[in-house]
Amino acid sequence: MKILSCTQVSVKYDSTFALKDCSFELDAGNFLGVFGENGTGKSTLLKSVAGLIKPNSGTVNFHGIKKNDIGYMAQQTQVQKDFPASVYEVVLSGTLCRHTRFYFYGKNNKKLADKNLELLGIEQLKHKSIQELSGGQRQRVLLARMLCGEAKLFLLDEPMSGLDATSVKQMHDTLKDINSLGATIIMVSHDIENTANFCDKILHLGNNHFFGSREEYNARIA
Amino acid sequence: MLELLEELFSYSFVVKAIVVGTCVSLCASFLGLPLVLRRYSMIGDGLSHVGFGTLAIAVPLGLSPLKVSIPLVMLAAFLLLRIREHSKMQGDAAIAVISCSSLAIGVIIISLTVGMNTDVCNYLFGSILAIKEEEVYMCVAISAVIIALFIFFYNKIFSVIFDENYAKASGTNIEFYNMLLALLTAVIIVIGMRIMGAMLISSLIIFPALTSMRLLKTFKSVVISSIFLSVVCFFVGVVVSFAYNTPTGASIVGVNLVSFLIFCSISFFKRKKELL
Repeated sequence: MKILSCTQVSVKYDSTFALKDCSFELDAGNFLGVFGENGTGKSTLLKSVAGLIKPNSGTVNFHGIKKNDIGYMAQQTQVQKDFPASVYEVVLSGTLCRHTRFYFYGKNNKKLADKNLELLGIEQLKHKSIQELSGGQRQRVLLARMLCGEAKLFLLDEPMSGLDATSVKQMHDTLKDINSLGATIIMVSHDIENTANFCDKILHLGNNHFFGSREEYNARIA
Repeated sequence: MLELLEELFSYSFVVKAIVVGTCVSLCASFLGLPLVLRRYSMIGDGLSHVGFGTLAIAVPLGLSPLKVSIPLVMLAAFLLLRIREHSKMQGDAAIAVISCSSLAIGVIIISLTVGMNTDVCNYLFGSILAIKEEEVYMCVAISAVIIALFIFFYNKIFSVIFDENYAKASGTNIEFYNMLLALLTAVIIVIGMRIMGAMLISSLIIFPALTSMRLLKTFKSVVISSIFLSVVCFFVGVVVSFAYNTPTGASIVGVNLVSFLIFCSISFFKRKKELL
């Protein structure tokens, strides 16, 4: 079932193209890896899909998912490191986008938050401040928040950057789990060697964009 | 000490000032944390200068300063946010331009009309003598609305200021929340200007949150501590000002500064202890 189609998406900053004529389609349950050199528009593409920037031309269409089915995780540096917030407060805030009228946390919200804390193995950090966490732990907290939003489409911008090897491995496993539970994932990464092998679709941005299945991609570079 | 307090409360203007001041401190501390965390601290300062400019228009025309200033400062807040979001001019530069210009315009209008009298001086540096009964009611009503809004949107405000992009991507109308914060800040600045003065009011917004963040590391604890600090510092400031005959606004800022330094040094020694 098709859930997202991007046609000829182009984004300009001032007069230079940050992203030119990018097209792809995703079915529910796909795991798309977005690769490419610096400056080829990976993050720009993700932001266009997230609705944070408006493409100058082209369209981003969702099929059967609403705005609050989307979870977006920016590059790590953008999360304020001196922000006073406990892990629980952050994770709970993820449940808010399911409630459009009242903004207080009920039993269901708390249950959902506890469930996801457990799923990501961070329930022991619940009352810690996010300032005290390591990079890997912080990424898990943000993932847990996203899961609380019960998103159907996950947009991740370099979630592994700055993590050590163990944390990267853990993140990969977690993402695979989330994906196997039915979520569609788009992940931007520069680490094509370690990431490509668990994506089923690959979008390689460059002078000529490539979009296709992993097999097609492997055949192409072989 | 008790005698001093008794004497203090025997003056009706002091009671009025304490009612208004407590309301303003409460609201200011609520708003302060989002402003500090979003790097909007300077907006408070900019708006207070605009507030002074609008007073310069209201006073010679014989209009009620609150009724003229609130809408005008809200308009300025609206414009400042728009400039921040939609223009190439940098946010802090825009604030500097707007705040200096309105201060200058205010000074020019005043010197051409009523002259630099005590009234004007009161607005610049605050005076607790100036509050009228009508303003007390207005102030309490407005504060009640701000507090209610803050409580209702508490969780939503948290999610927006913690991660604006995430909130926006999952469908939150972040412009609404940014605007809400800016407009409420504008209102509280105008009300607080009576006591604190246009020059000092932004400290009431910034200090409690900043001080609390030295020691506390979760959002809820910082909010609670800011409220507590803000009200206590206000009260101590008024008492000090009364006992030593110092200007009220400046005394309150002074007490805030002392509490900030205390929190800083506790945090410093705590970290040092952890290292050992």
